[in-house]
Amino acid sequence: MQPEPHASYAAAFAPALLDPVSEVPGIVTGPRGKSAIKCYNVYRNNVTVSLIDALAAIYPAVQRLTGADFFRAMARFHVRETPPTSPLLFDYGRDFPDFIARYEHARSLPWLADVARIERAWLDAYHAADAEPLPPSALATFAPDRLASLVFTVHPATRVVRSQFAAVTIFAANRAGGTAGRIDGSVPEDALITRPDADVVVQLLPPGGAVFLACLMSGCMFAEAAAAALEDTPGFDLATNIAGLFEAGAFTSLTPGDA
Amino acid sequence: MSAKATISSLVLAGAVSTALATLAVAGPLTKAEAEAATAAKKEKCFGVALKGQNDCAAGPGTTCQGTSTVDFQGNAWKFVQGGTCTTIELPGGKKGSLKPV
Repeated sequence: MQPEPHASYAAAFAPALLDPVSEVPGIVTGPRGKSAIKCYNVYRNNVTVSLIDALAAIYPAVQRLTGADFFRAMARFHVRETPPTSPLLFDYGRDFPDFIARYEHARSLPWLADVARIERAWLDAYHAADAEPLPPSALATFAPDRLASLVFTVHPATRVVRSQFAAVTIFAANRAGGTAGRIDGSVPEDALITRPDADVVVQLLPPGGAVFLACLMSGCMFAEAAAAALEDTPGFDLATNIAGLFEAGAFTSLTPGDA
Repeated sequence: MSAKATISSLVLAGAVSTALATLAVAGPLTKAEAEAATAAKKEKCFGVALKGQNDCAAGPGTTCQGTSTVDFQGNAWKFVQGGTCTTIELPGGKKGSLKPV
């Protein structure tokens, strides 16, 4: 086995990898002291292309929406601006949605960053810890007068992404590989991402559902979360939201908050 | 209690029982059916999420991506072939498109 390269060698070798105009590091030389630019460029290519490919694998709907050429140009710009900080490739690209939001050439697609946020949440849900979702029957074990103070423990995979645009519809039409018909992008949509078992599920939250779940996720009691949702959305349907969240496997346990 | 809307236990209990009734419509599986369904779904292949990206990545058409100093950004909007973004409409009949703004 080769010895691990010394950290200081890596520190000298790496900085010019994502900057093609900078000099080849002095520690890298060819035979008889010649320039090693061609050899070093192999590393430049592999690092850049593998990071762009990682973004393409994490954000396939974004790539489908923009086309591969635009996506790779945008991704390369992001890669050069934001080198990885973790050796785990699936962890790369966490800042990409925010980058898309301020990327001037994507400004005509204001929903694109939110589609990316859903894709990021999809991958994070995929890698989240396994846990058995709580069956809805657990609710029936509490007396009606104890419901108000219940605190919900949210499943490790559960995520919420809110959008002022139709990000969930756009995501669904472009992830599945189906042909997207005309989509009205201006309808606000909130996404619920869960992984009740092995498969990640992305679905549309009913009105007020995002406020309700976000409140529960931050530790609100049942009655507080319902009140917050009603204040945000007067037509908030508590029964539909409860049923949908349990069906999606959003929770793992219930604790009486007054205990 | 704050001035915020408060939800009575009665309202919560009503919503919970409606929710439980809604979910019961799906019909409980028998134990054997439930186990079979779970087993089938649990065939998760660990570790395949992002494969191969540490291999030699530069293939045909990608070899200049690490070394090119061409400013793709200035003309990035030209790269619109193949994108589905034009199927999405925004108010005022505006369709999404990758054009200079």
